[in-house]
Amino acid sequence: MLKDFFSKKKKYATIPREEAKQDVPEGLMQKCPQCKKIFYRKEVHKHLKVCPNCGYHHPLTAWERIDSLFDENTFVEWDKNMISENPLDFPDYAEKLEKDRKKSGLNEAVVTGKGKINGFPSAVAIMDSRYRMGSMGSVVGEKIARAIENAKEENLPFIIFTASGGARMQEGVLSLMQMTKTSIAIERFSEAGGLMISIMTHPTTGGVSASFASLGDFNFAEPGALIGFAGRRIIEQTIREKLPEDFQTAEFLLKHGQLDRVIHRQEMKEMLTTLLDIHQPGGVSE
Amino acid sequence: MKDQVLPFEKPVVELKQKIAELKKFTSDSDIDLSSEIQKLEDRLEKLVEEVYGNMQPWDRVQMARHPQRPTTLDYIQEIFEDFIELHGDRLYGDDEAIVAGVAKYKGTPITVIGHQRGKDTKENIRRNFGMPHPEGYRKALRLMKQADKFKRPIICFIDTKGAYPGKAAEERGQSEAIARNLKEMAGLKVPIICIVIGEGGSGGALALGVGDRIHMLENSTYSVISPEGAAALLWKDSNLAQKAAETMKITSYDLKELNIIDEIIPELKGGAHRNIKEQAKNIDKVLHASLQELISLSSEELLEKRWEKYKNIGKYTTLSS
Repeated sequence: MLKDFFSKKKKYATIPREEAKQDVPEGLMQKCPQCKKIFYRKEVHKHLKVCPNCGYHHPLTAWERIDSLFDENTFVEWDKNMISENPLDFPDYAEKLEKDRKKSGLNEAVVTGKGKINGFPSAVAIMDSRYRMGSMGSVVGEKIARAIENAKEENLPFIIFTASGGARMQEGVLSLMQMTKTSIAIERFSEAGGLMISIMTHPTTGGVSASFASLGDFNFAEPGALIGFAGRRIIEQTIREKLPEDFQTAEFLLKHGQLDRVIHRQEMKEMLTTLLDIHQPGGVSE
Repeated sequence: MKDQVLPFEKPVVELKQKIAELKKFTSDSDIDLSSEIQKLEDRLEKLVEEVYGNMQPWDRVQMARHPQRPTTLDYIQEIFEDFIELHGDRLYGDDEAIVAGVAKYKGTPITVIGHQRGKDTKENIRRNFGMPHPEGYRKALRLMKQADKFKRPIICFIDTKGAYPGKAAEERGQSEAIARNLKEMAGLKVPIICIVIGEGGSGGALALGVGDRIHMLENSTYSVISPEGAAALLWKDSNLAQKAAETMKITSYDLKELNIIDEIIPELKGGAHRNIKEQAKNIDKVLHASLQELISLSSEELLEKRWEKYKNIGKYTTLSS
């Protein structure tokens, strides 16, 4: 029969049972969102969560980042126990904070502290986008400002890894003012001769890109990171035209003169070490 | 130009019209309605108190955006003498969404900078509705540094929906331009006084907003995002803007309560646009007092106090470990 030549197409998708899904231990394999190839999770982690095939940079958690940069047992955390309030009595905000605390194991969207990078002492702030999209409220602003002040006191260079959707809506104008607070701290640090290196990771947008993220003596980014002031959708609605594919990527910013370099994650530690060495002695000139 | 009426003030306007009609009727005919008119006028007085004395956040948002609301250039003309506008960032272009220049204030040389909206469609297009590009912020910074060199106090008028969200703005570094202003303003050794006269929209407002004093006109707003934006983002519904205006705490009274601004500059009943000259006098009074306080400080004291001011903004607690 002729119709036998045409195979019957399935008109439905197979959805594995809940139990079946759990047959594969969570996290054994990992699919790259960019090239769609599947790898052993261990393999990806060995490459600092960079896809071995296409070079896609998976987001790092704050502590993964710390482990990837600092010499073993040298990192000391600052202000670990500082937590947010709900200053505007914003509906559901307290619950959301609590939920993210549990989910991420962090008290807020940034970890600050000091440690040694190939022997060079440095102060750092590392943002974690798993906590409220890395948004900046009072605690993020305060912790970063304090880390910069500490760097100034202790003559340390200051390195920041940003990952943030911008200012935190639920703290309203208090969030906005953290842009000013951190920027003044940087000005004071800079006046004292302090070295600041900013590395923008995916995503760095809004009020964070419009304050400390852009204020390093060196501004770097990880490949493919989304970096910009306004959101893509808002811009498209405003100018009523489609934006190019690579709009607001690290590479786009580099091309437009907004970045010093785009640095691959696996070269990050070496690059930072060289820069720290070039700026010896100390982060702050005597 | 005919006064534009906001929804909440309609009862006042309608009553005023009624009184006017009755008065006309009285003069045209022999019937004496003066006692009725008197009654209505008493009622109007109460109604004005009630309506303008009880403005809700959303009413103030409408007032801050009023098409006839006085702009930076209106106040410059009323408050300063010898204003000379200066143009361009020396890098790319001249952004007319920000005006800046030198002038005298009661004999003292100053630099004045502000966002500038248009008064009609044509002017609004030229000024991009008061929404700056990076070159606007860079022009502002260039002239602030000039002020620093010649030891002139800086006065900033804030009135913008926000920095322009456009393709070219991103390409030329909108983020960097705003960030740089925040950092550089922190280090200027002259007094900086910022006055929010209309909308204080997010980072685009803040880039002219690092001051030793921040004042707000009574019916102006200052926020991290517009009420419409907040509603769309948080509740996926921009129609909830009215609710967002209340929740986000964006009025002058809210910001005073949060200890972010120094003073609320009172507005005339019915808004600043009722009488620009009178409104300018209210601004002048506060500006003069602020400047007197600040010019007596040394530059070291000024910078230290500026840091103290912003350092203390924010609410947090510490877990006992």
